[in-house]
Parts: sequence; structure tokens; C-alpha cells
Amino acid sequence: MKKTIQIECLRYHPETDAAPRYQTYEVPFTDDMSLLQGLQYIKDRLDGSLTFRWSCRMAICGSCGSMVNGVPKLSCETFLRDLHPGKVRVEPLAHFPIVRDLAIDQTDFLKKLESIKPYLIPKTAPGKDTFLQTPEQMEDYYQYSQCINCLLCYAACPQYGLNGNFTGPAALALLHRYNADSRDAGKAQRMEIVNAEDGVWSCTLVSYCSEVCPKGVDPARAVNQNKIESTKDYFLRFLMPKGKVE
Amino acid sequence: MQVVQADIVVVGGGGAGLRAAIAAAERDPKLRVALVSKVVPMRSHTVAAEGGAAGVTRDEDSLEEHFNDTVSGGDWLCEQDVVEYFVAHCTEELIRLEHWGCPWSRKDDGRVNTRFFGGMTVQRTWFAADRSGFHILHTLFQTSLKYPSIQRYDEFFCADLIVEDGRVRGVLAIEIATGEMFLFECAAVVLCTGGAGRVYRQNTNAGTVAGDGMGLAFRAGAPLRDMEFMQWHPTCLPGTGILMTEACRGEGAILVNKDGYRYLQDYGLGPLDPWPRAKAMELGPRDRLSQAFWQENLKGRTVETPQGPAVYLDLRHLGAKKIHERLPLITEAARTFAGVDAVREPIPVCPAVHYTMGGILTNARCETPLRGLYAAGECASVGIHGANRLGSNSLVEIVVFGRVAGESAADFALSRISAVRDGRKSAEASASHFLSLLNNEKGERLATLRDEMRDSMEEGVGIYRSEEGIGKTCAKLAELRDRYRHGVKLDDRSRAFNTEWLTAIELGLMLEVAEALAHGALGRRESRGAHMRLDFEARDDASFLKHTLAYHRGEGAPRIEHRAVTITKSAPRTRHYGGEGKKAVLS
Repeated sequence: MKKTIQIECLRYHPETDAAPRYQTYEVPFTDDMSLLQGLQYIKDRLDGSLTFRWSCRMAICGSCGSMVNGVPKLSCETFLRDLHPGKVRVEPLAHFPIVRDLAIDQTDFLKKLESIKPYLIPKTAPGKDTFLQTPEQMEDYYQYSQCINCLLCYAACPQYGLNGNFTGPAALALLHRYNADSRDAGKAQRMEIVNAEDGVWSCTLVSYCSEVCPKGVDPARAVNQNKIESTKDYFLRFLMPKGKVE
Repeated sequence: MQVVQADIVVVGGGGAGLRAAIAAAERDPKLRVALVSKVVPMRSHTVAAEGGAAGVTRDEDSLEEHFNDTVSGGDWLCEQDVVEYFVAHCTEELIRLEHWGCPWSRKDDGRVNTRFFGGMTVQRTWFAADRSGFHILHTLFQTSLKYPSIQRYDEFFCADLIVEDGRVRGVLAIEIATGEMFLFECAAVVLCTGGAGRVYRQNTNAGTVAGDGMGLAFRAGAPLRDMEFMQWHPTCLPGTGILMTEACRGEGAILVNKDGYRYLQDYGLGPLDPWPRAKAMELGPRDRLSQAFWQENLKGRTVETPQGPAVYLDLRHLGAKKIHERLPLITEAARTFAGVDAVREPIPVCPAVHYTMGGILTNARCETPLRGLYAAGECASVGIHGANRLGSNSLVEIVVFGRVAGESAADFALSRISAVRDGRKSAEASASHFLSLLNNEKGERLATLRDEMRDSMEEGVGIYRSEEGIGKTCAKLAELRDRYRHGVKLDDRSRAFNTEWLTAIELGLMLEVAEALAHGALGRRESRGAHMRLDFEARDDASFLKHTLAYHRGEGAPRIEHRAVTITKSAPRTRHYGGEGKKAVLS
């Protein structure tokens, strides 16, 4: 006999709903079932109109983030056995506009990602062979390159909730990923974003972003390192205008 | 209906699509490139590829060896001229990814490291830990943001190709957020829509890997080639099919049955020693390993798990340091999804559908027979995989042929003399057909038809096949298409973000692609590579050293033809794995 669990989903349809509402479904489950599989069960068998994003099922594509009992999580690696016997409440990621039900509008993040120049800006045009980079040099940026853009950190960030212009954890971590890469020379171009009012100085170091990251990225650390960089940059540009960086 | 004018429309934002878009943008920045994808590009399934990408770089390696491994791995069903081009361009594309920032794993001297992979003679697989696809995809996506001529249309579902006078004129797409119809008018379309693994139940593929792009081309008149060759990856988690990369075995992991016995030695992959050595035992090709599992299960030597039979993938002797450094993703996945600590326990695994070797027929320039239509990546059959793909050839295929497809489409768009034809009329007709799905008053649930399709595919066109079983699946698919036409009833009649509606459109395409696969399997009365027939156990070069072509025939079953294979320098021989060999040193 299968156990069942109640899954309460936030519902919102832009064509018919003035405000979000909640709907509860009774879902039979086995111990190996993820919350995502629970949502898929609802969609397949109970209510085909429930709307959510998913894709890889293995916590690497970053599609299925949602608020699970108020905490940002990937639904594919959250298991119903761990939520049972209570009722589980599933809502779209906090701080983003809702498109429909659990699907949020990701446009703001994508614009921010574009703005930080998330690509290698090499010092000199690359030659025929690869750049040399030792494992130690890779260490400087490697963890920041693990970001899957799932946006859990934005849903966790109180500052982003208050000020939507804040560049935010994932984009700043990725900015740092390129700045810290020994093959890159684009730091000066990116410092403008770091220094801006909505750059690193908007962060109040709550560090909840790092706590919720499913990939062990530490955006709070990236932001903090860039506060130091930003201070140095300010000092060199305004107080020692003829000074040379490093 | 909104109309967007572009020169080139790239459908699909995975590795191949992004590489194609970049190539077209670099060819001429004046070309308007529309990148249309049903998910935001970094969600595409390239992201889940783990092991790595092949490119000759070691002193003891050569293009000749990569060619020979690929052609014999493919059981001589590869287009050899295309394989020659492919192996000659792999390394330069992997270097280009490095220049764009891809964090390939390094040796202490700062050069890129390589690892072993199944069926490869030399360590030639470039890897970024076991997140190679993830890093390739994010590198390509983030690099694509540099090109202002690439205009992205994220979360647009392509429902139809607009073809007039035998030429592709555009794409009909649905903006997912609003449900609004868009016509993209263009000179050339590049399909980079991935494989069709989701026509099966137990697979490693993301939800997006539905074969819908193949279905679009197939319906529009382009043939699908060699669809019966579906790859089962031998090491996946039972139930979910979540992938435990071949790189585990490349790093030295072993496979044992319920008695702790390395059973692969009983299936032409032994002897055990010296271990490790290339192309033997656990480093054999995927088709052979998956087939050995099937046989082992028949002998009752597999382990029973709640999700079905399994064998053990054992990494323990590699040690915690190497496991965490080289295989962090699968360690995490084994813990999360199977509750297994790979450092301390063996991981239960079984074969699951993984890769579609066949696809939309293209030549070496990625042109399909339909003018203006190009294809690259898993959705295409450019001819390098033959009857069985070697692991790490596809991650490099997407960049080698993604670039070719982008450049070919750009050249075609630049040479185009006639103005873009107004495709609005056919687009309107097509749109109203898809909209009518929303109005079905009666019919079956989507999941019912989908599940019956998947079960029937597993049953009739699994790892081993027979005339009778395939025949039943063909009949079932015809029945399901008929039931689909009679009506799928949707709970959701609205337009905004109606994923039920899009899934219904997708299912229509999937059923037709599944039919091409099953009928291809029925017609191939031999065993070759990943296609094993219990009733025709041997390879039959006299009759079947040939490609299968499937042509769409409206509501009926596809027409199957066979066509000669291009052989340039490697005449078919017996495929040979195991046997004697040098002990390899794993770095």
C-alpha cells in the first residue's frame, strides 16, 4: 500500500486570476520519489493544467527551482519521503514575477548575466594551442564556474527582494569566475558593474545565497572578495590616479 | 500571428545550436541569426553530458587511430569520408572551447589532461571533471552573448516547418509564456534539437529530448536515417535511468554481477589481465556491454532491486581522493538518487536508453535533402556514429558539425537571390491545426498514450529484438497514432504557458519518430552494433552493409529504403575487443 502526501501548489493564471491561490493534491508516493516526480504525477493523472518547469531530473540543468515549505530548492533532488507526513507547500521562487503557477519570469537574471560580460576576454589573441593553466590556477575560479543558474540564490537573497536592481549572487559569482581566471584580462571592464551602487555594495552579507546553493558555490565569498577589489579599484582610480594596478 | 524576419533560424539552444549560431554570426555579422529554443539555452540536455569529448592530442595517438576506433565501433556503418573530416577537426574545436573559457581538467604542467573511454585505443577524451557537457554548454552560451547579431527567442516551441516549392521558408513557433503564434521567415533553418530517447520509458535523457525536431524534418519530407540504432548506456540508475558516466570505467571502475564476478570476461571482452587495457573488459563499447547485461540477466546472475535487475559498478578501489576529484557529479548523484556512497559501496546500475545514433539525413556539409534545411548534433545523422556511437564522440560532434552547419547555412543565406517568400498562408493553416487541439471535447489523456508508446518501445525494440516483437510494436504505434488523431483531451484549454498543449503537439511528433525507428528495425534483418536481432544473429554485409532511410507517408507507416554506405579506406572486418593488449597506465 502506497503512502500518500498532500502537495499544496500555488496556482496563478495570468489570463483568469487576479491573485494567486492555492490548490492541494493528494499524491501516492514511494520512498524513491522526488518532489518533481510528485508534480509530474499530478500533471499526468490529476490535473494537466498545473504548470512548472523541469528538464534533466538530475540537478544539473537548473530548471526546477521552487520554494518548498518556504525554502528555495530544486524539486528534482527534494524527496517526498523527507517531507512526509506533513503537507508540502510548493511555490514559485521568491522575488521573481510569476508567469504561471510555479513558473517564474527569468528575464531579469538573463539581462544581468549578459551585463557582466560572462566570457573570456584574453590579453592577447589565442594561438594554435590551448592556454596554459595549472590546476592551482584553476582552483582560483573553479567553484564559481559550477553555477547552474538555477536562481535559488536570488530567491534566498533579502537584498534582491528589496532592490531588484541588485546584480545579485549568481551573476556576481560568475563575474568573479571570469575575473579570477588566469586566462582573462577583462577585469577592468567588469569593475564598473562591481563598483556600481547595485553591484557588490548592495550586498549585506547575509550569506543565505551560499547556504541554498545546490552546487556548493559560495556567491557570498565572491561578493566579499569583490568588495576588496572594489575598494582597491576606487583607491587606485581616485586617490592615486597615476598609480598602477599591481 | 507575429512575423519575425531573420536570415537564419537555429532551432535548439544546446551545444550544436549555440555553436551553429556563433559560426553563422562569425561568418557575417550582418546576417540576422534567430536562436529559437523551447528552453533557455543553458537548460538544454548538453548540460547533462558527463564524460568528455574526443580529440587526438597525445604523442602516441593519431587521426588514423581515432578513425579506426570510430568506424569499427560503428560496426562499419559510418560514412567514412565524413569520419575522416570529423577526426581531423575535433582537436581544433576543443582548443577553441578552451580559448572561450571551458575549464578542461589539467595536468600539473598546465596542459589539458585526457582520459580513457570505451572503445578508444588511446586516452583521447578531454574532460572537465565529470561535468564536461555542463561546462561546454555554459561556455558556449556565455560566449554567444558576445555576438549582437544572435537574437535569442528563449522558450519558443517550434511546431512546424514552413515549406513551399520544395524549400524551407520558415518556422512556426509558439511563444510559451503567452501561447502566441510566431512565424519566423528566413532563408535557412538549422535544426539542432537533440535526440529521441524519450520515446522509451527508462532513459538517461532530459524531458526535452523528445525527438520533436526530427519529427519536424520528417514530416516536412526529409528522411530519417538509421533510426533503429538506439544506444543503451550500460551504467545507469535503475528506475530513473540517471547516468553514471563511462568515465567511471575510464578511471578504472569495474562491473560485477551478484556474485562479485567480472562477467564481461564471458562475453568476448576478456581475459581479465592485464588490467586496465584499452578496448577490453569495462573499456569495451557500449553496445557490447549492454548486451552482456541482458544475457547476464537471462542467466539469473543480476541483482534484484525494487526498480528492476542491476549489476554493480564498483569504484571503491579508486580511493576517495580520485573519486571526488574526477567524478564529483556522479558521486553526488549516486548519493542523492540511489542513496549510495560510491566511496564505500558499489553502485547498482543497468542499461538505459541514452543516445539516438540515427537522425535527419545530412551530407558532410550538414545539408538535408530539403533545400534550406540543415541539421547538426544528435538530431542529425551526418554519418559518424554508424551502428554504435563511441562515448565522447558526440560532445565533440556538436562543436565540429555545429560549426559546419552554421557556416553552410550562412553561405546559403548569403548566396540567396530570391526574396523571402511570404509563408503566412501556410503558417496560418498550420497554426489553426495546432490550436484545434485545445478544443477537443473528448479523447484520451496524454499520459495514457505516452506510456503505452514507451512500454511498447521497450518491449518490441529493446536491446534484443525479433520479427514478432517489432511487428507488435509497429502495430501498436499505428494504433496509437490513430487514437491520437481521434483526440487527446486536455485539461488545460488556455494559451499562456500551456505545457500540456505543447506536450500534446510533441507527442504527435514522437509517435511518428518512434514509428520510423520500429520500421527501420523491422527491415534490418541482421544484427549490427546496437541493433541485435534474436532471429538474425549475424551481421550480414551482403544484404545490409546499408543505411536505412525512413520517409514520412502521411497517416500511414513510413516507407523504408536502404542505401549504400560510403567506404573510403576501411573494409568491414570482424569487430574485435578484449584479447591481448598492453596494460594501460591511468594518470
